[in-house]
Amino acid sequence: MPVKTLIEGVREALAEEMERDERVWVLGEDVGRKGGVFLATEGLHGRYGEGRVLDTPLAESSIVGVAIGAALNGLIPVAEIQFADFIHPAFDQIVSEAARIRYRSNGDWGCPIVIRAPFGGGVHGGLYHSQSVEAFYAHVPGLKVVIPSTPADAKGLLKTAIRDPDPVMFFEHKKAYRLIKGEIPDGELLTPIGPAAVRREGTGLTCVSWGLMVHHCLEAAEAVAADGISAEVIDLRTLRPLDREAILRSVEKTARALVVHEDNLTGGFGAEIAAIIAQEGFGHLDAPVTRVAAPDVPAMPFNHPQEEAFLPNPEKIAAAMRKLAAY
Amino acid sequence: MYRHMVLARALDRRMWVLNRQGKAPFVISGQGHEAAQVGAAAALRPGVDWLAPYYRDLAFCVALGMTARDFMMGVFARTEDPSSAGRQMPSHFGLRRARIITTSSVVATQVVHAAGIAYAAKLRQLDEVAVTCVGEGSTSKGDWHEALNFAAVHRLPFICIVQDNDYAISVPHRLQMGVESVAERAQGYGMAGATVDGGDVLAMYDATREAVERARSGGGPTLIDAKVARFTSHSSDDDQRRYRPQEELEALLRRDPLERFRNYLVDEGLLTDDSDERVQQECTAEVDEAVRAAEAAPHPDAADLERHVFAEPPSSSEGEGRGGGD
Repeated sequence: MPVKTLIEGVREALAEEMERDERVWVLGEDVGRKGGVFLATEGLHGRYGEGRVLDTPLAESSIVGVAIGAALNGLIPVAEIQFADFIHPAFDQIVSEAARIRYRSNGDWGCPIVIRAPFGGGVHGGLYHSQSVEAFYAHVPGLKVVIPSTPADAKGLLKTAIRDPDPVMFFEHKKAYRLIKGEIPDGELLTPIGPAAVRREGTGLTCVSWGLMVHHCLEAAEAVAADGISAEVIDLRTLRPLDREAILRSVEKTARALVVHEDNLTGGFGAEIAAIIAQEGFGHLDAPVTRVAAPDVPAMPFNHPQEEAFLPNPEKIAAAMRKLAAY
Repeated sequence: MYRHMVLARALDRRMWVLNRQGKAPFVISGQGHEAAQVGAAAALRPGVDWLAPYYRDLAFCVALGMTARDFMMGVFARTEDPSSAGRQMPSHFGLRRARIITTSSVVATQVVHAAGIAYAAKLRQLDEVAVTCVGEGSTSKGDWHEALNFAAVHRLPFICIVQDNDYAISVPHRLQMGVESVAERAQGYGMAGATVDGGDVLAMYDATREAVERARSGGGPTLIDAKVARFTSHSSDDDQRRYRPQEELEALLRRDPLERFRNYLVDEGLLTDDSDERVQQECTAEVDEAVRAAEAAPHPDAADLERHVFAEPPSSSEGEGRGGGD
C-alpha cells in the first residue's frame, strides 16, 4: 500500500467524492485557485471549476450559513474554515441552525454539510492559529465531531462524513497534515463514524486521546514500556458519537485511565470522558482518572518556550503514565 | 389575495384571544403586515420558489399554502404542526411542501440560508427564486450583511424583503440605522433596491414581480424595504404602550392594510358588501374549525423527545430526506 500524508488523505477524499457525486460542493476562503492555505483542496478548482470549488468572501458565518441553505436545496456542501480559530463567528449558524434543523423540523428537513477546519498547535501559530475547539462542538447534540489521526482515517472518515445525512464537524490537526504519514489502502475507503481504534494494546493502563496527541501517546507508551508499563492507546477518532464501550472495555482490562488532549484542561472533552469512566467504570478502577491537557491560559503563545510549555508532549504524557501506573 | 389577508388577520386575532384565555402560552403577530406579505407571495410560484420566513410571516405562509389548521396546530403545539410538531414556539414557520424552510428564533440567520438556496439553484441550473423576510432590526446583524454581499457577488436569484414597522421590540428605527430606508444600502452591495408602501398590496405585488423577473432572467438580487405598521405589541410578553406614545398607536389604526384593500376593491366594483361578508364568514368558520381540530389533536409524546436528533433509519421515518432537494 502506498504511504501518504494526512493531508493527502483529505485531498483524495474530496476529489473522489466530487467525482462520484456532482452535488458535492467545496467552499471556503482561498480553496479555489490557491487550493487552500494548506493545499487541502489543491487541484479541485482546475478539475471542477469555480462553481463547485468556490472562493467565498472573507466571512465565516456566511460560509456555514450559505452551506446550510445550499444543503436545503440539494447540494452536499463541504465548507472549509481556514483555521479553527476563526470558526467562532459561525458558531451561531453551526449551533443554532445546522445542529437543530432536523430536530426542530421533526425530521422534515436535514442538513447534510461537512465543516472542515484545521486545528491544533505546535507550528508557531500563536494565539489565533493554534486552538483546539472540539469541546465547544462536542457539547452540541445534533453535530457529529470527527478528528482523524492517520492518513487512512482522514480519507475514510471524510468520505463517510460527506455521505452522512447530518452535519459533521471535521477537525484536522494542522501539524499532523505533513508530519503524519501512513498507508492508505487502494480502492473505496469508507470508515464508519463512531467506532474508536485501539492503536496499541496494553494491560496496565488505558490512554484515551485524539488527533496529533494520539501519536504523542504512542511515543510515550513506547518509552514507558521499557519500565515494564503496558499502556493501551485508544484513538477516539470521533468525539460525537462517542465510543463509550471501547473506553469502558479497555478500563475494565487495565483498571487505570489517562485522558490526553491538547485543548486546555477545564471543560475540555477529557472531562466528559473522565466522568463517564468514573460513573460507569468506577468498579474497575484502581487509580483516579487522570488528565493531561494544556494549562488554563487563554491560548497558545507564539514564542517557542511558552508554546512548548503549553503543549502536552510524549515526555509529559510518559511522566503521567508512570505516576498513574505507580498509584 | 384579499381572502388570504382576511384569513391571516382572523387567525392572528384568534391566537391573541386564545392567549388571553390561557390556551396559547405565547403568540407573536403579523397584524399590519398582511399587504406586504400577501402582495409579495402573489408574485411567487408556490412550491417552486423558496421562502426563508421570519416570525411575522403568517399571511405570507397562508398565501403560499399553509392552512388555518396547519397554523393552529402550531399555536397549540400539537404533533400535527407541520412547522415543528410543536417543538418550536408558534409562528416559527416551516412547511416543506410549500418550500418554506424551517426557521429559528435567531434573527437574520435565515437570510444566509436563502442566499445558499439561491446559489444551489444557480449551480444546479434550476429556475427557482429564494425569498427571505426580516424585520428592520435584523438588518443590523452581520449575517444580513454577509448574505446580501454573497447574493450580490454571485448575482443570485435572491430577494430580501425587509418589513420595516419602525420598531424592533421597543427600539425605534432612528436607533437602528442611519438611513430612512434600508433599501438605500442596495447600491452599496451592488443590487437593485426598492422602497415600497407595504400597506399597499398591489404595490408590493408589482415590486416583488419586478424582483422575481430580475432574478429569473439572471439580473441578480433585490432588496425591498416594505414600510408597514405593527398593530400589536412585539409578542404576548410585551406591552408596546410602555414605549410608544398613545397618539402614535391611535394613528396606526388608520394604516390598516386590510381595510385599505377592501376599500379599493369596493371602489373598483370588485367586492360587494355581500361578498365581503361571505369571505369574512368563511374565514371565521375556517378558523373555528381549525381551533376545534387543534384543541382535540394529540399532544406530542414525551417519549419522542430524543427523536430526530440525527437521521433515523428509513424503517422508522418514511421519506426522511437528506437535504431539501426534491
